[in-house]
Amino acid sequence: MSLKIHVRTTVNGEETEFLCEGRQSLLEALRDILGLTGTKEGCNDGNCGACTINLDGRIVDSCLVLAAEAEGKTILTIEGVASIDGLHPLQQSFLEQAALQCGICTPGFIVAAKALLEQEPDADEHRIRHWLAGNLCRCTGYDKIIRAVLDAGAVVRGAK
Amino acid sequence: MTPFRFAAVSTVSEASEMLRADAAGSRLIAGGTDLLSEIKEGIVQPQTVVSLQNVGGMREIVAGTDGMRLGAMATLTELEGHAEIRRSYAALAEAAASVATPQIRNVGTLGGNLCQRPRCWYYRSAAFDCRKKGGSICFAINGNSKYHAILGGGDCVIVHPSDLAVALVSLRARATIAGPGGERSMALEEFFAGPQVDIMRETVLQPGDVLTHVSLPAPSPNWRSVFMKSRERQAQDFALVSVAAAMEVADGAVRDARITLGGVAPVPYRVRQAEEALQGAAVASVDPARLGEMAVAGARPLRDNHYKAPLASNLVRRAVTLLLQDGA
Repeated sequence: MSLKIHVRTTVNGEETEFLCEGRQSLLEALRDILGLTGTKEGCNDGNCGACTINLDGRIVDSCLVLAAEAEGKTILTIEGVASIDGLHPLQQSFLEQAALQCGICTPGFIVAAKALLEQEPDADEHRIRHWLAGNLCRCTGYDKIIRAVLDAGAVVRGAK
Repeated sequence: MTPFRFAAVSTVSEASEMLRADAAGSRLIAGGTDLLSEIKEGIVQPQTVVSLQNVGGMREIVAGTDGMRLGAMATLTELEGHAEIRRSYAALAEAAASVATPQIRNVGTLGGNLCQRPRCWYYRSAAFDCRKKGGSICFAINGNSKYHAILGGGDCVIVHPSDLAVALVSLRARATIAGPGGERSMALEEFFAGPQVDIMRETVLQPGDVLTHVSLPAPSPNWRSVFMKSRERQAQDFALVSVAAAMEVADGAVRDARITLGGVAPVPYRVRQAEEALQGAAVASVDPARLGEMAVAGARPLRDNHYKAPLASNLVRRAVTLLLQDGA
């Protein structure tokens, strides 16, 4: 039962290997094994989206994926969003629009919104609200978050 | 989570073998969104979790002249976005899009959605040893019953939580199961089983059985379908009540109709009386409100869920009205 599983993945652009137990979630592996604590644990049950990561191009709740299932997959966490050149437009926009208060939900929102803007930088408010329906924020009331994503979209498509 | 062995098999027969070898201690995992919640809550404690993610071909969605074949490992996002499903099986696309959240639809699968366990809060809490967990009491019958069955309950008053099931039953889907004795297929409504059949499960799956795919018949040109779901929050929620209606309308008459309700019974609930009333009826003579009343005839609400009967009735009325308008 304690036999560890060897998992090979790409995390934030780097080939990464780790050993995990069958029962460990990908969220636990990221935080407790790889030390990537930017991804947050909220409900640990798929309701809040705080643990959202990008797994092979799709946003997922990392608390509802087993670490062992990440074998061969490509992972993006909040730690991989900024580049050497500076913050991602979403991060900059969240700061400028004050789209966070306590900040626990923010990594999940940014990773989720980034996946949307990569496909649809011109996503409108309706589309953004639907896309972010799996991310809960108990502080901001969402409006500032939606404005920040709209604003970042404009930057991503070169309109601002 | 309690410790378990993770086994990623590469064939269905390997999965079947492992599930049969330890029927009590093994669980199948597809997307995992339901199973992992159950393990975290402590209501199941598997020794082995058998993953289908490396089994080839199980995720395919294939459209052919005789209909569609939907692999059980296809994700809800894939179903929701598939052009042929959107075109010819609208109720299914609408049902898939209505499930949970984008994150969950990206990993949640067709098979997992059909095989998910009930949402009854007594079942979902490790503190209640309810009949589904081998206990002797259904706590909902005399307890908090807001989200429970108004039809066909009996000793256990869960409602089946699958949105896809409601759409697929109205779309005349068939389920194919691979098991120790080979492959068998059945109308999807026969895949589900209420507490009268086996209180410990909601399907006819036996140890070693794996739901491999769902097939849909070829659509006729005048066939239309719709799915509607009433819920407390606009996103993420399970249905209070849902309805899927599919109808063929030609030359001013209803040739064929199916209406299925979700959220009212332990299984997807076919509204046969309303279906029969529609059969062959001239469009102009159809009374959608009357059909809505028929849909909940015989309902026996519990203390907290009287609201479900008018809700179901209205959803049936709206679905029929919409399809008849579209078909006119």
